[in-house]
Amino acid sequence: MIFVTTGTQEPFDRLIKAIDEIAPMLSGDTIIAQATLQTYSVLNIKIFDFINPSKFNDLFKQADLIVSHAGMGTIISALQIEKPIIIMPRLLKYGEHRNGHQLATAKKFKELNYLHVADNEKELQQILLNTTREKLTSMHKLGTFASESLINSLSNYIK
Amino acid sequence: MKVLAIASAGGHWIQLLRLKPAFEGHSLVFMSTKLCFAETVKGYNFYRIPDANRREKLRLFYSMFCITKRIILLQPDLVITTGAAPGLLGIIAGKICGAKTVWIDSIANVEKISMSCKIASSFADRTYTQWPELTTEKIIFNGNVLS
Repeated sequence: MIFVTTGTQEPFDRLIKAIDEIAPMLSGDTIIAQATLQTYSVLNIKIFDFINPSKFNDLFKQADLIVSHAGMGTIISALQIEKPIIIMPRLLKYGEHRNGHQLATAKKFKELNYLHVADNEKELQQILLNTTREKLTSMHKLGTFASESLINSLSNYIK
Repeated sequence: MKVLAIASAGGHWIQLLRLKPAFEGHSLVFMSTKLCFAETVKGYNFYRIPDANRREKLRLFYSMFCITKRIILLQPDLVITTGAAPGLLGIIAGKICGAKTVWIDSIANVEKISMSCKIASSFADRTYTQWPELTTEKIIFNGNVLS
């Protein structure tokens, strides 16, 4: 199962449309999406605008692959449980976000080699259609908590 | 020490939870913008606050009112936040109420610090960025929420 999530804040039609268009060609996979839509209507995939946190976690854990906007919540959650994830950044120029930070986030995490990044819809479709699932692996494992130096710095300050 | 930890829904909240070991031995209470998050911090007092952003001024005032009222009632010794706008309001209200205040800018702010962080840095006792390239005289780096 591929779980697609774009957060609950703002729509991200470009990502949903990209997935919806190629869904019939990904015949082996069920696709479940959590996203709000602006104008696009889906034809091929199941979509929910809100999924309560416990159901969301279940789907997240069950999924073989996560496709997401470049939101830190989803990125951290996926890396923590070593779930393969492809992110595609929301862009300011399309009014998908209040500022351009997702582009910078995506660039940084690509540099760190922590996850798969699709810069745009075309790239996302290519990755999904042309990469074997064995190659779409988890690229990094995060611990449960922040880095030791940040924890120590804070706990010394709080003392 | 009574620690009040504040974050908006989404990535801000997930980052805040990753700091939990830093608060060991202190009394800890949480504030966020979605009531269902209480589930993720079972055993701790949790308060829902209205969401706000800088564009909706009226909501911002309403949020400020609710957060300040709660902080006056709670009397925390320390207010810590990973953002966003409601966290900034928490820092300001905490400062007015005599608490120590700490802002940690979201790790999503990779190329420049957020506007809220910029504002927070003139009120907060300590301000962190999560990327070493973004430090200034007032904004320090000491690791990040990744591990």
